[in-house]
Amino acid sequence: MSRIRFHEGLEGLRQELTAMGGMAERAVELAVRAYAERDLSLCQQVFSGEVIINSTERRLDEVVLDLLAMQQPMAVDLRLILAISKCIADLERVGDQAVNIAECIQKLLGLPEFDSPADLPEMASLARTMLRRALNAFVTGDAAEAQAVLLLDDDLDTMNDHAYTAVAAAKAAEPAMTQNLLNFLIIARNLERIGDHATNIAEDVIFWVRGADVRHHALAPPLST
Amino acid sequence: MTSGGIRVELLNAWFGDKQALRDISINIEGYHTTAIIGPSGCGKSTFVRCLNRMHEVNPLARAGGRVFIGNTDIYANGTTPVEVRRRVGMVFQKPNPFPTMSIYDNVAAGLKLNGWERGRRLGEVVEQALRRAALWDEVKDDLKQKSGASLSGGQQQRLCIARALAVEPEVLLMDEPASALDPMATAKIEDLLFELKQSVTVVIVTHNMQQAARVAEFTGFFLMGELVEFDRTEQMFTRPRDKRTEDYVTGRFG
Repeated sequence: MSRIRFHEGLEGLRQELTAMGGMAERAVELAVRAYAERDLSLCQQVFSGEVIINSTERRLDEVVLDLLAMQQPMAVDLRLILAISKCIADLERVGDQAVNIAECIQKLLGLPEFDSPADLPEMASLARTMLRRALNAFVTGDAAEAQAVLLLDDDLDTMNDHAYTAVAAAKAAEPAMTQNLLNFLIIARNLERIGDHATNIAEDVIFWVRGADVRHHALAPPLST
Repeated sequence: MTSGGIRVELLNAWFGDKQALRDISINIEGYHTTAIIGPSGCGKSTFVRCLNRMHEVNPLARAGGRVFIGNTDIYANGTTPVEVRRRVGMVFQKPNPFPTMSIYDNVAAGLKLNGWERGRRLGEVVEQALRRAALWDEVKDDLKQKSGASLSGGQQQRLCIARALAVEPEVLLMDEPASALDPMATAKIEDLLFELKQSVTVVIVTHNMQQAARVAEFTGFFLMGELVEFDRTEQMFTRPRDKRTEDYVTGRFG
């Protein structure tokens, strides 16, 4: 039985997911730049980008459903489709998180200027690195690269904890800046969540390539020969 | 090995000079269903035909190695093919009821060969076999009037299963039993397999991987006369260990 058309369809889906990953990455980049440059127009670009990410999610889910129903994939193909399905959901959430960040920036631009006590640019840089490397691992099917992404998540979690402590301390010292500080905290929280979604994508790559479930810090079995 | 199981040790089979099976060793779990998959010509039908000494029916064919049904080596001196085939029944791709015999006589045929007398007990055994094959309710009113050939394809296949079950085999071999049937008749056969494995060990050859996934707890993949991989079915279809299995189940060859 020839399955050429099925594999072409699967490859097409993989490429579309890669493009969706590019959109999510771009949304995070725009939100981070909007913060650094205090630029409302960049926030607007995040909002309009999210609409496209959402419609892409729906379209790709439809393709996944069709491939599962019509082709009944097995083994590595089945794992890839499941991984893609989960990545679609993660990328859609990354788009939402970029919107959350952009909304915070909108609010911050209406408040008196006040420097964040948390190192948000550092957090943003790590979250973007994780997302980019997870997506690269997906494009190249590189389980080792995906494994490396998993190790970065603890660093981002630690940064988020520090952000919380720093914001709490600043609130005690500068109660008038509470609105600003709450928005900083929400931004930190969303960056930390972007790292979680990058982690999920990396875990899905490992599941697809190696058939191993490494979620929730489960140890991966050795590579099969 | 659990009771009712099959142990195969270094089984080799030939047709003339051509080797059809090469050093097959496998433990088939008793009272479970095991699917045998692989591309055409891979040796999967030869393999199951070696499990009840049907392979040697072909004058050019021969087999070597050991096959244990329970504790009996079916290739040992003193074990006869007739005895083996009573303990290991077989159902083929195309339903093959005896066309001129009634439904009743079709099921009783194997029993009579084994020296049964016509009478009440025989009737009970025929009924039980037809019930186990999920055919009783459909044929009970015409048992002795209708011929086996008058049934639908799916019913004929279940009649053949009843005929095989009547002699109470320990193992039931099925070679593509549903490939000539429509989806409803196929579903009935598959449902039946779930019931049967309570009392008999089932080995099914199938080209249909979804069918293997639905009915079998264990699956073996054959390629060019070799057993490439044998494992629990979910492992075989979600994360096979051998690249050749992966390529086959994903349709990249075969």
